[in-house]
Amino acid sequence: MCEKINNNTPMEDMTMGGTIYEAGNAKNFKTGDWRSVKPVYIPEKCKQCGLCFPVCPDDAIPVNKEQKRENFNYDYCKGCGVCAKVCPFGAIVME
Amino acid sequence: MSIRERLSGNEAAAIAMKQINPDVVAAFPITPSTEIPQYFSTFVSNGEVDTEFVAVESEHSAMSACIGAEAAGGRAMTATSANGLSLMWEMIYIASSLRLPIVMSLVNRAVSGPLNIHNDHSDAMGVRDSGWIMLFSENNQEAYDNLLMAHRIAEHKDVQLPLMVCQDGFITSHSIENIELESDELVKKFVGEYKPQHYLLNDKEPIAIGPLDLQSYLFEHKAQQAEAMRNAKKVITEVSKEFEELTGRKYGFFEEYKTEDADIVVVAMNSTIGTIKYTVDKLREKGIKAGALKVRVFRPFPGDEIAKALSKAKAVAVLDKADGLNACGGALFTDITSAMQLNKVLVPTVNYIYGIGGRDTKSSDIESVFADLQEIVKTGDINNPYRYLGLRK
Repeated sequence: MCEKINNNTPMEDMTMGGTIYEAGNAKNFKTGDWRSVKPVYIPEKCKQCGLCFPVCPDDAIPVNKEQKRENFNYDYCKGCGVCAKVCPFGAIVME
Repeated sequence: MSIRERLSGNEAAAIAMKQINPDVVAAFPITPSTEIPQYFSTFVSNGEVDTEFVAVESEHSAMSACIGAEAAGGRAMTATSANGLSLMWEMIYIASSLRLPIVMSLVNRAVSGPLNIHNDHSDAMGVRDSGWIMLFSENNQEAYDNLLMAHRIAEHKDVQLPLMVCQDGFITSHSIENIELESDELVKKFVGEYKPQHYLLNDKEPIAIGPLDLQSYLFEHKAQQAEAMRNAKKVITEVSKEFEELTGRKYGFFEEYKTEDADIVVVAMNSTIGTIKYTVDKLREKGIKAGALKVRVFRPFPGDEIAKALSKAKAVAVLDKADGLNACGGALFTDITSAMQLNKVLVPTVNYIYGIGGRDTKSSDIESVFADLQEIVKTGDINNPYRYLGLRK
């Protein structure tokens, strides 16, 4: 129900008090446009040490089934730069 | 059959809460409402209620705890006065915007400063646009009856708004009067069980309440609240009618006292109406066609109905127990006069600010108001509509 509510929805079809009746809907709220600087991933320098993705506050570093990190998900990355700070190999630079 | 008793207004409110037996009561003591949580905590200690009593460290926490309890799916109640309500202010708006039908007993007192613990309506007037239903009570009986009706109104699916029952600090909260109580069984049956449609502790439906609500949404949610407040008028009428059938005690949006043929009418809320009725009777003995109108339901405001009720009068005085401090008039006066204007009821109407900080209002004061109204009828001259009653000159 809540997924259908957008900025064209009339008040009669909105939930009372804005209550959300479904779990796990934060993914519908893309926060990437809050970013003023962006992390860039340099795969050649990456050793897949696994230090970067646990510190990401927004789960914007996808990890595949082989436990290897992939490129950033810029839909949710706010550009905080924590990942670049923890990377020991210079594989993430802020631009 | 009703039970005859004699109780103070605070005792009456506490007994109502005992009979309602809510899931949670969270309150912090403040004069003159202190006795309500005090008596109630005794009921808790004696095992007379099943309520979880939360002795919080401030009124902000009291309202926050009520919000948590109500959102979880329980019935929550509290009591406060004046600066206690001021400290709740942030959460008062949260409660109504999250559509949580919390019920509060507000024992009216002047909001400081300078420091004053006595009765006026400045606390209630400070939250009059916060989206709470507001019922006013002339005496202990009405404070009790309004509380018994409160949950039925607040929790109704077309309403779902919090509700406060007001009574005058000390004047009714601390004076013992006769009262008719209903049996525990009757109250339990009338109030019924609370079955919210959505609540946080429902493990079959995980929900999030009070999310971020920016430009695209808040306007619509506020309009929903306004709609619920309009719906409340119908629900208040239905619940009051059902209450009357059970108890014989009749309640409307307001009470008209000898207004049928009245030329001059005084409008007020809470305890002062007793003094006004007494004065009306005295004037009637002298052949003066005086009447009184007591507003019980202040939010939602029954503007059209009040305007109609005043349409036959030749002059009207509206008494406000809180000054608007707005160079325009008290809240009740400005609400009534705008309703009169919209309904094309063009009866000369004046405002009296009275009783501030517990200043006593005697029948001689009310007589002077009626005398002023007679003068207005005679001359048609209002001069200044924004007046004081009982202010030293």
